[in-house]
Amino acid sequence: MSIRGIYELYRDGFRRMTLGKTLWCVILVKLVVIFALLRVFFFTPYLQGTDEQKSRTVTAELINRH
Amino acid sequence: MEPIDTSLIDWSRAQFALTAMYHWVFVPLTLGLGLIMCLMETVYVRTGKEFWKTATQFWMKLFGINFAMGVATGIILEFEFGTNWSNYSWFVGDIFGAPLAVEGIVAFFLEATFIALMFFGWEKLGRKTHLLSTWMTVLGATFSAWWILVANSWMQYPVGMEFNPETVRSEMVSFAAVALSPVAVTKFLHTVTSSWVLGAVFVVGVSAWYLLRGRHTDFAHASIRVAAIFGLIASLLTAATGHQSGVDIARHQPMKLAAAEGLYEGGQGVGLVGLGILKPGIDWSNPSEDPFLWKLEIPCGLSILATNSPEGYVPGIKNILEGGYVGEDGLPELSAEKKMEMGGRAIEALAASQAGKNEQAVRILRENFPYFGYGYLKSPAELVPPVVPTFYSFRVMVILGGYFIALFAGLLLVGKRIGRWKPVLLAVLLSIPLAYLASEAGWIVAEVGRQPWAIQGLLPNCAAVSKLSACSVQTTFWIFSALFTTLLLAELCIMVRAISDGPDKESA
Repeated sequence: MSIRGIYELYRDGFRRMTLGKTLWCVILVKLVVIFALLRVFFFTPYLQGTDEQKSRTVTAELINRH
Repeated sequence: MEPIDTSLIDWSRAQFALTAMYHWVFVPLTLGLGLIMCLMETVYVRTGKEFWKTATQFWMKLFGINFAMGVATGIILEFEFGTNWSNYSWFVGDIFGAPLAVEGIVAFFLEATFIALMFFGWEKLGRKTHLLSTWMTVLGATFSAWWILVANSWMQYPVGMEFNPETVRSEMVSFAAVALSPVAVTKFLHTVTSSWVLGAVFVVGVSAWYLLRGRHTDFAHASIRVAAIFGLIASLLTAATGHQSGVDIARHQPMKLAAAEGLYEGGQGVGLVGLGILKPGIDWSNPSEDPFLWKLEIPCGLSILATNSPEGYVPGIKNILEGGYVGEDGLPELSAEKKMEMGGRAIEALAASQAGKNEQAVRILRENFPYFGYGYLKSPAELVPPVVPTFYSFRVMVILGGYFIALFAGLLLVGKRIGRWKPVLLAVLLSIPLAYLASEAGWIVAEVGRQPWAIQGLLPNCAAVSKLSACSVQTTFWIFSALFTTLLLAELCIMVRAISDGPDKESA
């Protein structure tokens, strides 16, 4: 299949979508919620800094919890 | 010793369980329904009958809805690893990251490439090329499952790794040992075949609904026939792989098996509890009375399940805590107290190695590392997982598994006569939620049964969890509950509308 053929496959496919449009909307809303809301406000990585700093933090945690 | 709030552990576990269980609503239907539509399209390509093309397109539409609703829900689990389980995430190093990366690169791109050809290519591709796209999409989804299950299996049976005390990370020494560990292979086979069962139950259930409404009867009968043959084979394979899973658990996680069976004192020729009611409020680390109110036992069943021999020895909770029985390596098992002592020594050696007393400390750490996680436990009783949910979930899974075998066999036996029996059709329709129940129950056995471990023997939850405020985890738990419920309701609405439209309506 040529590049043009691939382009037309996607173009016509997206144009003819009916139910697919609703599903894409759901996917986009979900991605926005996951990456712009949950990731930013609720899921900041607990370990910060360089690998060495992370290693030191975890080492201290693992030793202190004994 | 710095105490960790148990409610933090409980809420972190609850949040992870909620996310995983929600994600798992979508995965098995993708795997099961995907293969059924592959089979139908193969029939279409071989026979050239438009009927099978219409049938394939209808089930493909439902597959697409499920796929779209499920996509990206697994990403939240990865966020939770970094935020709520940061010690765990650091400790596992690249062993956990490697399978997930392979999953992302190979399987995800395989799915992403071919799913467009599958949905958009009906008029643009040749029949065989389109069929190839459909198979490759489903193969991609199955490969995804493989790598995720490899990562999960490593937590249950950590192999192919070496612990680096300098970085406090586990390093992979054999990718093959991780990717092809017997636990990973069995888990993959059991999970995928059980997903095929769920897909088959979904197809016969939806078809039964059409028969109840007197709509699309030819389509419904044909779909039931394909799904019942496929489902019967899949459910028998699930039973066989489930047996192998039992053997693996007996070898590598005997406490999980003891919890699933409510077995306090083991022995030789142990019976399998087919049905049973546990007495409430039992202290499973030291019960003062018989823990069963009532039970129906299959003689020697558990010994056969666990060891393939009616006289095989199966340890109970008491035996595992006290040790002394011959383990899988042919040596006497250590007691829980001894393992805790060795674990404590390993952690102290880790501290010493960090303080500069390197060589001797590292040697002591290596000698005792297999029991590293035991050093965090305060008493042997902490090694006993929650028996009640594990015991009942195991029974729900197995009994429903048996029901599905009977369901598919019955559907094949009665053939088109099923259209006359409305109560039976209703029962078939109501089997759809039962398939989801069985699937989730299987994961409860697998995950609740291996508590208190995040990584078996090496890291308990109390050491793996991030030191967050329990209140913040509780808040996100309720936010997720609301979010997931909304998304699930949205999926149900879209799915029900698509089913209601039926196979005649063209929409994609």
